Amino acid sequence: MTVGKQRVAVVGIGQTRHQATRGDVSMAGLVREAAQRALDDAQMTWTDIDAVVIGKAPDFFEGVMMPELFLADALGATGKPLFRVHTAGSVGGSTAIVASQLISAGIHQKVLTVAFEKQSESEAMWALSLPIPFTPPLHAGAGGYFAPHVRSYIRRANAPDHIGILVALKDRQNGLKNPYAHLHEPDISFDSIKDSLMLWDPIRYAETCPSSDGACALVLGSEKVADDAAAEGRKPAWIQGTAMRSEPTLSAERDTVLPLGGALCAADVYRQAGITNPRKDVDCVEMYVPFSWFEPMWLENLGFAEPGEGWKLTEAGVTALDGDLPVNMSGGVLCTNPIGASGMLRFAEAAMQVRGTAGDHQVDGARKAVGHAYGGGSQFFAMWVVGADKP
Amino acid sequence: MRDVAVISFAQTPMRRRVEELNEVEMLMPAVHGALRQVDMTIDDIGFTCSGSTDYLAGMAFSFVSTLDAVGPWPPIQESHVEMDGAWALYEAWVKLQIGEIDTALVYAYAKSSPGDLPMVLSRQLDPITMGPLWPDSVSLAALQARALLDSGKATEADFAEVAARSRRAALANPNAQLAWDCPAADVLAEDYLVAPLRRSDCPPITDGAAAIVLAAGDVARSKVERPAWIRGFDHRIEPIHLGLRDLTVSESTRIAAEAAGVADGPVDVAEIHAPFSHQELIVRDALVLGADTSINPSGGALAANAMMTAGLVRIGEVANRIASGEARRGVAHATSGPCLQQNLVCVLEGE
Repeated sequence: MTVGKQRVAVVGIGQTRHQATRGDVSMAGLVREAAQRALDDAQMTWTDIDAVVIGKAPDFFEGVMMPELFLADALGATGKPLFRVHTAGSVGGSTAIVASQLISAGIHQKVLTVAFEKQSESEAMWALSLPIPFTPPLHAGAGGYFAPHVRSYIRRANAPDHIGILVALKDRQNGLKNPYAHLHEPDISFDSIKDSLMLWDPIRYAETCPSSDGACALVLGSEKVADDAAAEGRKPAWIQGTAMRSEPTLSAERDTVLPLGGALCAADVYRQAGITNPRKDVDCVEMYVPFSWFEPMWLENLGFAEPGEGWKLTEAGVTALDGDLPVNMSGGVLCTNPIGASGMLRFAEAAMQVRGTAGDHQVDGARKAVGHAYGGGSQFFAMWVVGADKP
Repeated sequence: MRDVAVISFAQTPMRRRVEELNEVEMLMPAVHGALRQVDMTIDDIGFTCSGSTDYLAGMAFSFVSTLDAVGPWPPIQESHVEMDGAWALYEAWVKLQIGEIDTALVYAYAKSSPGDLPMVLSRQLDPITMGPLWPDSVSLAALQARALLDSGKATEADFAEVAARSRRAALANPNAQLAWDCPAADVLAEDYLVAPLRRSDCPPITDGAAAIVLAAGDVARSKVERPAWIRGFDHRIEPIHLGLRDLTVSESTRIAAEAAGVADGPVDVAEIHAPFSHQELIVRDALVLGADTSINPSGGALAANAMMTAGLVRIGEVANRIASGEARRGVAHATSGPCLQQNLVCVLEGE
């Protein structure tokens, strides 16, 4: 075991076809589909892997307590370390970070990390309507919880009503270029979104993420593993920084529109990656946008725009696939949302971009990309910066 | 390997039922006790990590509320595992190995009392092949005990000796839930609960919480006289299906013990997380402990078995004995899943 921080890179990426119900596979089949693709991409087999790190959101979504125990076999973990992370909606991101730390600490060389959710096993809307003792129940799912935050943003930023529609239109159109995306809606238009049902004012149905079955997997490797892959012509995505932050659910000091935890997380990860001007230094961003308005909100929280200015980037087309700062090239959470995997899908898309393997949603010349995930009541944050260049 | 030590350990009194407190209130004394013992606050902590499970709390995202016990403002670096706190401590140890932070807080808790624990634990099983049969955790452990008897490696009297010795040791543990002094013969005289296990071969159902503070190098030395240095740390898993394993041995414990270097020196004390008496025999064997090792001086999981917490407590109990000078080198073990499916081994040492 070596001492000090070791370099880590993404050397394999896999994901499932995402859809509302993957009735053709069990949970084990779902995670294996993603993991096998990541291993194939890394040109490795199950026996090459030193350790497995798995993440997912609440176990009640599938009705299995600590499902990693029964999935150990399917994940090829027999006789190996298997680790389970759960940090609410940010879990896909934090799982990848925990996995990367096993290599950066010098403990392992090759780590498989997997995140999944099979939401068709239950009704996520109700699982997200928490019966917290002595707290008034919302019974309105995540949308009901976040709608007031969005209203507050619109008021503070003095943003026009159509911004959310523009985000939804862009992400759904990006999703058409992503063969794995859950929602493929070729006929979507500004007007069809505008005319869709208002669910939680100001969030319309078409501005809301779907409920998906899906999994994502990454093979992470040490510097030597990544150098060997590069020598064989398979570009690694070098991890240039990782960061996590958490803050309380209820606290008088909190600003749920621009959470301090998110800003500190971004500042930390930019410092590690040598990013001084994120708007200029970053080529593209995959951020966790489950409801359309979170794009301008996170643009501000993550330092890509000044407070109150984020929506102007969206409106000017800066965040479009051919814009100056493409955001959610994959179609994002608005097209695909297996909750536990959603964070890792963001991290994976960032890695695909800098490896140049993003297919039809590739940003030309992307060399530095940001992956972002959040969870809870906008209180858990996980981010990484990946690059084509070794840090 | 960077020098990282356990410098503080606190636990709540382990009880059958904590009805008057919610989980945050139950957890607060452990978290703040561990910090106060080394004159620290959350502001002195570089990384916080916890272990718990939603299935015992009966609601999704239960750990989100219990983070309030820490007071995470301004925002902190924090993570959570849906595993025993011993694995949360592993994540914190890994984070400290990277060398960017010097301190970590680890906590774990569970209230098992609101539900029917053996039935709740059956929800861990394969949802297609095993779950629908609702096999409870005691019955599965009994299958393992029967396999051990049939192998000729142990007798029911051996089980009873473990049960009696653990509860006797627990008399010296003020946080223990079950403590008594009776001969093994009295245990053997009990009726079977689920043959071949008697009630005394089984753990109590426990509500409780625990917390540990980790520190690296000179920070640890500046805080306490005798830090309990982590010298080896590993964990391994096996398939959940009982038919895919030899239940009379613990292969994952054996591999973890080898990787953690248990055999590299004498073991003065071992705290084994064996909820059922026969499991201690299996784990002892896998750890290859000699006759001079003091086993479960705290009483072990047979004296108090707070879910998600009992593994972390084992690490704390070994660390306390090293801190007091009672032991120079010790081994802590944690387990998870049915019939010792997943196991963790931590080797701790004084200066």
